Amino acid sequence: MLEVHDLHVSYGDIRALSGVTLAVGRGEIVALVGPNGAGKSTLLKCIAGLLRPRAGAIRWQDESLVGVAGHLIVERGLALVPEGRRLFAGMSVQENLELGAFAARARGAQSANLERVYALFPVLSERRRIAVRALSGGQQQMVAVGRALMSRPALLMLDEPSLGLAPRLVASILDALVEINRAGVAVLLVEQNVQAALTLAHRGYVLESGRILGAGPGPEILRDPHVRQAYLGPLAVAPDAS
Amino acid sequence: MRALAQQLVLGLLIGGLYGLAAAGLSLIFGVLKVLNVAHGELIVLGGYGAFWLFTLYGLDPFVALVLVVPASLLLGIGLYATLFGFVVRADEETRIKNSLLIGFGLALALQALAVRLWTADERSIPTPYGGAALSISDLSLPVIRLLSLGIAFGLILGVQLLLEHWRWGKAIRATAEDWQAALLAGIDVRRAYLLAFAIGTALAGATGVLVTIGYSVSPSIGLEWTLKALIVVVLAGLGSMIGTFVGGLLLGVAEAASAAAFGGPYREVVGLVLFVVVLIVRPRGLFGR
Repeated sequence: MLEVHDLHVSYGDIRALSGVTLAVGRGEIVALVGPNGAGKSTLLKCIAGLLRPRAGAIRWQDESLVGVAGHLIVERGLALVPEGRRLFAGMSVQENLELGAFAARARGAQSANLERVYALFPVLSERRRIAVRALSGGQQQMVAVGRALMSRPALLMLDEPSLGLAPRLVASILDALVEINRAGVAVLLVEQNVQAALTLAHRGYVLESGRILGAGPGPEILRDPHVRQAYLGPLAVAPDAS
Repeated sequence: MRALAQQLVLGLLIGGLYGLAAAGLSLIFGVLKVLNVAHGELIVLGGYGAFWLFTLYGLDPFVALVLVVPASLLLGIGLYATLFGFVVRADEETRIKNSLLIGFGLALALQALAVRLWTADERSIPTPYGGAALSISDLSLPVIRLLSLGIAFGLILGVQLLLEHWRWGKAIRATAEDWQAALLAGIDVRRAYLLAFAIGTALAGATGVLVTIGYSVSPSIGLEWTLKALIVVVLAGLGSMIGTFVGGLLLGVAEAASAAAFGGPYREVVGLVLFVVVLIVRPRGLFGR
């Protein structure tokens, strides 16, 4: 459904991505892991139309996304939950969610979608009139995910949704992703929480210094000695050894 | 005592127009992060619009608002399409610099155009009801300036309601807060920019009409109005139209008070002092978000 082929991106002289190839199939959860500065956010920003690649192809349902304006990419069914949530802080929970349904593809179904988001995150329903800046970090992340869902995406991309959240909240956000995925939405998840991300993903990619260094089913990547060493720490016990 | 009260009231009445002038500038600056220093010249154009409609067709200047405001809206769309639309493609720091260059150039061009079309003379619009005044206890309130204040407030309230309830109004606010997040929400931010610029320009046109009704217009007053508007924007802060209006009233009253206390020439000084004090003490302004 989404195919990224040989993507190159630079910030001035600094190369952020050097020939990244990656795919997300219909209904899949794909995790993208790697250290800080590997280019994970850059890749998502390129797909979402916030950045233009220097070379390479991004194809979505067999049409190129390179050079398409960001709001039209939303219109085609891709949504990004950006790093740091980027909510409209002065507005209420409901206003933030409603703005997520700005795209023409979502406008008709706005109230039905709103109910679905509130069903997914009941705590937001109680706080719908409250300005988002008054919410906790976890609730803000729920609004960010909810806002992206309001555009009725076929592919939901998330950039570090667990960043700065307590473990219990991380679990509830990730549970929500599984539930969203069950409803038929493909998920491309960038996470620093490598173990959790690869456990729930169907497939994963390892991105380092702008290159894909490994790909495969989540559990397989988790067993890879290099990945264990680099992301799970030297003391991590291999699942086979336990 | 009576003279002082009278001066303060007159200050309040012109302050409403400062607020209206600033509302347009504030909207454009807050959303596009672009400073249009030709804002005062757009006010001047609006004023001459009303002057022309009166002189050529005998149209009442308050009625002229109905024509000048939409015409200014279209002018705003034109200016965005030809000049300012290119500025917003740059990142936010570069925008300010580029917009200053474009704004100063536009201001000079519009000034020259105004001198050519209407000469450098001061123009005003004599209406049959121009001299009417309302007397409240000892105070005398010129009817046309009272009406102008009411219209200024009505326009600002209207824009505030648009921003709060209209679909694109919300999109404009979202774009002002974080244009990338707005883009990710599926908002065409270029269109939000265009709308904000056009509405801001329409407010400038309306200001010009009211200035010409209550006072007078000449090609050289543009810079003065840009400065007043800028002072009010700094004083009030970004993000609230009503706050900007209140900021305008404050500046008008402060000017009148300092003219009464220190003499006429000090009228202009107080605004600049306020400007500096607010920047030091409360950089986001009195009502800024």
